[in-house]
Amino acid sequence: MSPAAELAVDRPRSEVSVWIRPSRGWGFADLKELWRYRELIYFLIWRDVKVRYKQTLLGAAWAILKPFLSMVVFTVIFAGLAQLETDGIAPPVFYFSGLLPWVLFQDGVTKAGNSLVASSNLITKVYFPRMSIPLALVVSGLVDFALSFVVLLGMVAFYGIRLTSAAWLIPVFLGLALIASLGVGFWLAALNVSYRDVGYVTPFLVQAWMYASPVVYPATLIPEGFSRIVYGLNPMAGVVQGFRWAIVGAGAPSAGMLFASLGMGLVLLISGIFVFRRMERHFADIV
Amino acid sequence: MSDVVIRVESIGKRYRIGSRPGGYDTLRDAIAAALASAGRRKPTESGETIWAVRHVTFDVGRGQVLGIIGRNGAGKSTLLKLLARVTEPTEGQARIDGRVGSLLEVGTGFHPELTGRENVYLNGAILGMKRAEIDRKFDEIVEFSEVERFVDTPVKRYSSGMYLRLAFAVAAHLEPEILIVDEVLAVGDAEFQRKCLGKMSNVAREGRTVLFVSHNMSAILRLTERCLVLERGRIAMEAPTPEAVDYYMTAGDVAAGERRWGADSVPVDSPFRPVALRVLDPRGRIAERVASVEPFTVEFEYLLSRELTGLRVGLYLSTSRGEPLFTSFDTDDPARFEQWTSRPAGRFVSRCRVPANLLGAGTFVVGVNASAFRIRSFFTDERALTLTVDATGAPGSHWPEPRGGPLRPALEWDIVREAD
Repeated sequence: MSPAAELAVDRPRSEVSVWIRPSRGWGFADLKELWRYRELIYFLIWRDVKVRYKQTLLGAAWAILKPFLSMVVFTVIFAGLAQLETDGIAPPVFYFSGLLPWVLFQDGVTKAGNSLVASSNLITKVYFPRMSIPLALVVSGLVDFALSFVVLLGMVAFYGIRLTSAAWLIPVFLGLALIASLGVGFWLAALNVSYRDVGYVTPFLVQAWMYASPVVYPATLIPEGFSRIVYGLNPMAGVVQGFRWAIVGAGAPSAGMLFASLGMGLVLLISGIFVFRRMERHFADIV
Repeated sequence: MSDVVIRVESIGKRYRIGSRPGGYDTLRDAIAAALASAGRRKPTESGETIWAVRHVTFDVGRGQVLGIIGRNGAGKSTLLKLLARVTEPTEGQARIDGRVGSLLEVGTGFHPELTGRENVYLNGAILGMKRAEIDRKFDEIVEFSEVERFVDTPVKRYSSGMYLRLAFAVAAHLEPEILIVDEVLAVGDAEFQRKCLGKMSNVAREGRTVLFVSHNMSAILRLTERCLVLERGRIAMEAPTPEAVDYYMTAGDVAAGERRWGADSVPVDSPFRPVALRVLDPRGRIAERVASVEPFTVEFEYLLSRELTGLRVGLYLSTSRGEPLFTSFDTDDPARFEQWTSRPAGRFVSRCRVPANLLGAGTFVVGVNASAFRIRSFFTDERALTLTVDATGAPGSHWPEPRGGPLRPALEWDIVREAD
């Protein structure tokens, strides 16, 4: 025993010991392992943020310009020409507050969906929890979100809108947006490894999804009651309408719609994790 | 207590081949297959499969440096990928005690837009280093890589040599308990390779366990004590290194006279594809045996799928025990080097004439290498062919006695009687 003890003094026996064997069946995310790799996740987020606006003239201003320009277009087309109602909210604030969580979702899903294929050189060379790649890309969207959020607060002040107590729910809706992005992101990322069709489908899916969410029109256009709950099965319906309500205090989503969105968001996330984990074992072989 | 840190039990990895030529299906194919197979059971299990590795069992003790050698396609890289957990085994299992660092390819995760400094941190994290650890070793890493002046420049502006040096430096400063290394020494110039080898032997001396895959027999002989020889995915031999290298260099399925390569000998995206290597006698016939007193030609035929700059194609000649005798490149001659700074796409033959009266009797191993100096190694096969030399009629053969040493050159002698 003594040689071992000596060894242990100068180099502690490793805390990690792993079995390598074929895995079977379905499994959930290994949260402990993800936690151990938190520094890697942090660096992946940091890389994405750092690289995103490299060699652009305007740099991080793009984070604000993207939703801002969309807001201008929407204001001209939908509020100006089409005369769509905006729940009595000033149209620029209405569109911008809807675009913020939407862009977070849209960028997150698009980037996560392509993430594994784009990182194939990593996946085929080094081990780390594969989930950290789409996870990092979705979370890194929060940086852009934070920048635009400052602009949104400025607009709120400019239009003289007073925050209501609903503002406390902003983090909740933000969390729900992340849940939905991660769920869809995991699904698309895993499928994209085997089926590159995903790359072609995603832009269309995202565009259709936006029109299925109350970004350019208020959810109150949907008849109240059962239809609104069905509408809420799009998790982004609850997120966008709820987020806007939390900012401007108007157009409160119904409880039924919110629970439908929350439920569906969780279903997407959990099923996404299972599918991802199931397909993960072949990523390195087929990517 | 057992001090086995890696225990591999009958591990196997099966790949499906053929059915996925592009590497992935389309959704349409999957849907069509699903419809066609409705009611039938597991149609995907059929189709052509190949066991890249199978029935591989071995143990590695703490602090041991184990070499893994074998020809291209013998399953070395697959085995390392399994142990590095990059891919999952199809059957069998392995147990690993300790933090594993793998160097399956240097520069993994380098981002061209980020600076050298930023990439050191990112790459370190990807290889499993803690941030504090990178902070501590940062200066050392930069010094090792010799890119101090450019550490805040985006790596896309680096020369490929600088890029590789920085990448290797990060990897070399990993301090895992178990280090898995695959062919990283194929990069860089001789000076840098020497530095890397030194670093690796330090790692081993510190008592860490190393698994080392290489085609470089002299590196294997220097760094490892024991070796596995893989042949077609199985362990052909496990023995002390000199014995294993001897076996690998001469026995098994090594060709003589002519060696041809299929398309699977290099990665699909490789711009360089070896076709054949031949030994020709002075009459231009393919020869397994050559006479020591006659010159012979070694020709290497290869395809370039695109223009390559700085490509050099070389021959290694070594003894059956793996001792290198010489290395010669087709652009060693400065004039030829100028003439062939780049080669267009197409089929090439590089021919090397080996003079008469150079080699002694015995078996020799011819290896080939195609690389761009300090940039990239495209293809290496250290034992592409064996060559038997018949010393009949060689200088001094009027004395029928064996002569020491692999060479038997005809040298000029003068015998002078000096005046008293």
